[in-house]
Amino acid sequence: MNIAELSAYGYFALTVFLVVVLYGYIYHLYTKKRDAEGHDYEEYSNMALNDDIGSTPVKPLSRDKEN
Amino acid sequence: MENRPLEYDYTVAKMFMLTTIILGIVGMLIGVILAFELAFPSVNTILGSGLAEYTNFSRLRPLHTDAVIFGFTLSGIFATWYYVGQRVLKVSMAESGLLMFIGKLHFWLYIVGVAAVVVSLFAGVTTSKEYAEFEWPIDIAIVVVWVLFGMSIFGLIGIRREKSLYISVWYYIATFLGIAMLYLFNNMEVPTMLATSPAGETAIGNWWHSVSMYAGTNDALVQWWYGHNAVAFGFTVPIVAMIYYFLPKESGQAIYSYKLSLLSFWGLMFVYLWAGGHHLLYSTVPDWMQTMGSIFSVILILPSWGSAINMLLTMKGEWQQVAASPLIKFMVLGSTFYMFSTLEGPIQAIKSVNAIAHFTDWIVGHVHDGVLGWVGFMIMAALYHMAPRVFKREIYSKSLMAAQFWIQTLGVVLYFTSMWIAGITQGMMWRAHDEFGNLAYSFIDTVTVLHPYYAIRGVGGLLYLVGFLLFAYNIYKTWTSDKEVDAERLNQSPMGA
Ligand code: HEM
Repeated sequence: MNIAELSAYGYFALTVFLVVVLYGYIYHLYTKKRDAEGHDYEEYSNMALNDDIGSTPVKPLSRDKEN
Repeated sequence: MENRPLEYDYTVAKMFMLTTIILGIVGMLIGVILAFELAFPSVNTILGSGLAEYTNFSRLRPLHTDAVIFGFTLSGIFATWYYVGQRVLKVSMAESGLLMFIGKLHFWLYIVGVAAVVVSLFAGVTTSKEYAEFEWPIDIAIVVVWVLFGMSIFGLIGIRREKSLYISVWYYIATFLGIAMLYLFNNMEVPTMLATSPAGETAIGNWWHSVSMYAGTNDALVQWWYGHNAVAFGFTVPIVAMIYYFLPKESGQAIYSYKLSLLSFWGLMFVYLWAGGHHLLYSTVPDWMQTMGSIFSVILILPSWGSAINMLLTMKGEWQQVAASPLIKFMVLGSTFYMFSTLEGPIQAIKSVNAIAHFTDWIVGHVHDGVLGWVGFMIMAALYHMAPRVFKREIYSKSLMAAQFWIQTLGVVLYFTSMWIAGITQGMMWRAHDEFGNLAYSFIDTVTVLHPYYAIRGVGGLLYLVGFLLFAYNIYKTWTSDKEVDAERLNQSPMGA
């Protein structure tokens, strides 16, 4: 097997792997419907709809905790 | 002063809005000139043969493509980033002196880069790689501009109040990363002054001149991996970022399915990078790579339509808004054109179709139904939505906007229909042969047949340019109007009659 053939097989394996990951992600999104912190994914649309500087964030990030 | 409530700061967004409009006018004007040069060759020497060097098709063509891509579109991307970024992260640029400084530096260095590009391309200084024509000193400047853009993005993310990143931000990040990678790899070049010829000469050519580090087929492969993905990360990803923000916001409708938007994002990232090989079908690149380019191009329909359908479904039950608002019309037609060109592209990437389509005007038609109908419409819609919020004035004229919409839609339709007919006619004529394999037509036969379609394309392009001038005028009048709006509208943008 020369390098070209090897890279073609490697490429194929990578494709299969990525396809599995992508479908796994689809399965995860539609069965769990919520992310790890319990937010329904659909709530995130509100980030655009309520985007005044004073609006309450969907998931607030407390700045004090950071430093 | 101190007690003034915190507000979003649109200083940098405004600067880039200005360049979006100016470079849009320049780029499209050159496009119209090119179109008429193809239809009426005498236009090539319109300023006399002494100046023909600067007015001929080949000198102007890269100026057109680079002005509309790196001028108009990129400015639009930057303008919307400096607007959308703050809003969905719920943090103002006014809160960080450093980010403000970076934003302004980003703008001014960009202007320096644009000036250098315009001068050098007019002077005929070019690397001759499509969409990568700039010589190495300019490439370095562009890299600096890009790094500043990245610092802006990640800087703003760093001080955000909203923990999760809205889907548009993902797309902006992907734009940044994608273009950074593509640009660096494709522009690996060696200044000729560093080279030594076999005869022992050194310091060859002008100091700014360079040659690609790759040779032959490799150069072609890297070039079209770049070229096609410049379409991906310049004309698709950031424009999707825009529509995911501006359409829900302007219509007041939550995205139909946020989950679908996440999926389409990863799908697009996964598939797009492999599709570039479709530019090199029937060339010297390995056959499996060409097949891969075709297959991935066809698969690309799925994530593209995922986003486009998601946008159309966002309008579910709210279609009266499309009738009522020219601003929504632009976006809905934009996502329709997106669906349309992401179906057309994969069709052209099928090998047997490509055998007819390659090198013909059908490709140019495909490019322009995407860029005029999708990229152009979406950027203008974004600026229209931003204008009342940035200038705190109501949009000068709704009827002017509606007129612009219809004029430009007609322009786009004339452009792509004429190029379809021209392209397929051309492709068929080039292949036609008699029973002994002699070609049935010579090149000039096709030129004669295509003339009327070239003229129609010129008219279509002119209509689009007229519409763009109406847009510029409308924004200018909005900016300078005295009809202030005191409270920002949550959704629908305020428009004067
Ligand atoms: C007023 C509207 C426009 C007109 C009349 C126009 C006209 C043209 C013409 C005549 C060409 C050369 C075609 C050839 O070589 O046969 C061209 C190429 C191109 N234009 Fe435009 N253009 C317009 C707007 C735009 C916009 C807004 C964009 C992008 C945002 C764009 C992107 C391109 C690209 C990427 C190419 C190269 C296509 C290829 O190599 O296949 N154009 N345009």
